[in-house]
Amino acid sequence: MTKKQKCVLLKIILSGILLVISFFVEKNFYVRIAILTTSYFVIGFDVLKKSLRNILKGQIFDEKFLMMIATFGAFSIGEYNEAVFVMLFYQVGELFENIAVGKSRKSISELMAICPEYANIEQEGKVVAVDPEELLVGDVIVVKPGEKIPVDGCIIDGESSLDTANLTGESVPRFVAKGDSVISGCINIEGVLRIRVEKEFSNSTVSKILEMVENASSKKSVSEAFITKFAKYYTPVVVIFAFLLAVVPPIVFGEWQEWLKRALVFLVVSCPCALVISVPLSFFCGIGKASKNGVLIKGSNYIEALSKCDTVVFDKTGTLTKGVFEVTKVFSDKYSKEELLNIAAHGEKYSNHPVAVSICKAYSGKYETNITNVTEISGKGIKYVLNDAEVLVGNRALMLEKGVFVPKNTYSGTLVYVAVKNCYAGCIVVEDSVKENAKTALEDMRNCGISKEIMLSGDNRIVAENVCNKLGIDAVESELLPSEKVTALEKIIEKKKKSKTVAYVGDGVNDAPVLSRADVGIAMGAMGSDAAVEAADIVLMDDRIEKISFVIRLSKKTMAIVKQNVVFALGIKFLVMVFSLFGFSNMWLAVFADVGVAFIAIINAMRLMR
Amino acid sequence: MIKKYNMENVDCANCAAKMEEGIKKLEGVNDARVNFLTQKLVLDTEREDMDVLFDEVMKVCKKVDGDVEIDFQR
Repeated sequence: MTKKQKCVLLKIILSGILLVISFFVEKNFYVRIAILTTSYFVIGFDVLKKSLRNILKGQIFDEKFLMMIATFGAFSIGEYNEAVFVMLFYQVGELFENIAVGKSRKSISELMAICPEYANIEQEGKVVAVDPEELLVGDVIVVKPGEKIPVDGCIIDGESSLDTANLTGESVPRFVAKGDSVISGCINIEGVLRIRVEKEFSNSTVSKILEMVENASSKKSVSEAFITKFAKYYTPVVVIFAFLLAVVPPIVFGEWQEWLKRALVFLVVSCPCALVISVPLSFFCGIGKASKNGVLIKGSNYIEALSKCDTVVFDKTGTLTKGVFEVTKVFSDKYSKEELLNIAAHGEKYSNHPVAVSICKAYSGKYETNITNVTEISGKGIKYVLNDAEVLVGNRALMLEKGVFVPKNTYSGTLVYVAVKNCYAGCIVVEDSVKENAKTALEDMRNCGISKEIMLSGDNRIVAENVCNKLGIDAVESELLPSEKVTALEKIIEKKKKSKTVAYVGDGVNDAPVLSRADVGIAMGAMGSDAAVEAADIVLMDDRIEKISFVIRLSKKTMAIVKQNVVFALGIKFLVMVFSLFGFSNMWLAVFADVGVAFIAIINAMRLMR
Repeated sequence: MIKKYNMENVDCANCAAKMEEGIKKLEGVNDARVNFLTQKLVLDTEREDMDVLFDEVMKVCKKVDGDVEIDFQR
């Protein structure tokens, strides 16, 4: 508890004791009034002071002012006990509310405890601690075990395991060594690392994440905007109603005291705070929970949109597949598998095309030095002379161009042909393998309300359909250029139901326009691609596809809690007002409908954090 | 220019909403957001005379709740 909260607690206790004493002196009217008044001022002084100050500044209809009027009203009709009780109960409720908000605030800031306090910079052989903001690109920093990596950089010396749980939610430590890139916010577990700064603090992962989460609540969801607007009209309307209730019926029926009592209930119920706090807090907790699990949501509006999602569109490479090519088959009549790979790898090691890299990876033998005249033919392949024989390695187009006869085949995957001395020698099949957990992740999505899964791919039709069949995806569109993906997505969006939304999942490599076009753009493994982080609405820190159903579930749960809170808060207030209209309610209930409801709504929202 | 400032003693969500609305109405302010939960003010403004604007913002907030403090140092 803060000092302020303790102070309030003390007042509550003191005032409570006085209230109890007043029951024992019921016979002596004046003593009782004196004790109750003291009790009232002990607990209500701050409220009165603040509300008077606000009136002087022209702020009426504020919560404290309403409390003041209500309790003064109670005093004026001789309901002394009630007046004190209401003020006391109000303060207790406020205190609870305060503590609960403080607690949820704290647990979220703990989640976000990724911000490094200092950095150890190496200057002229000495290590000096500086503010991470002072680091410049190219500086060398030292990160000791137990410390956070302050900025994004590259390891130039040392090896260690990194705890990335704060960023990705992944509890298994990641092993890193010299040459690896590391991101800020990770905790160094074992060894001492020397890191060359590659991004300044303000551009580093940590700053970006913090900024994103802090800004998340500025993108208001429809329900949030509604409730703020509602609150604006709610209070004055209820107050006017209270006024009418105190004036009109007594003219007709008399009994002005009874009607005034009922009107006072309205005044207490008219406080809007329970409503105003319950909705944003729920979203805040939802966003907090997501970031704890390595998912950044850029605004509460995206939670709302995702909860209504029934179609998920996927990118293929890097999203459903690993994005890493592997040699899966080698065909040759003249050579053995090893021999053919040997011939191909000699030339492919000069290229850094993913396919070339995969062929070199598959070849485990030695490299000869007798290789000359290496020429890369862009988009087609590579040409060179190995052991005095001319070799061609490349796609069908290259073979056709050079007049090499190539047998027809229909293997799924990317085909790399090899020709020696202008004669077909064999063919290497390179495939991008599907992520191990992709199938279960997609099935899981269906369990949380996704009825349609579609894949868009730039790859050829056979490859795309093969992946599609393996994963049980409903529809596929292949051989799309990046710009055509946008058109394809637009068609899907056109076809959807009005109340539903379409999410697009990509890895951000050249699909930024598609990410921003979708109702909800989800970028995976976004640590690498800044463009994806910019364009996406939801960012998965790692590339685990099963996180998608986690966010969908979380968004649904968040929306459910938002709805519960709104219905609950409005419902109770409305009920109390109706009861009071017919004289079945009292100020106790009214205070409960105000602060009690707010408290319960907060507790309800905090369920999300578990 | 979008700037972020820390706030203190924003006690109720509705007060935050009122402050936000008041700040938005100030001249030269494109957008403003008073976040009750993070106790932060995000100000999007074209104004050059920031000191004068700070006073105006402070005045708006104090009108809603006299105890509010804003740290304009950031």
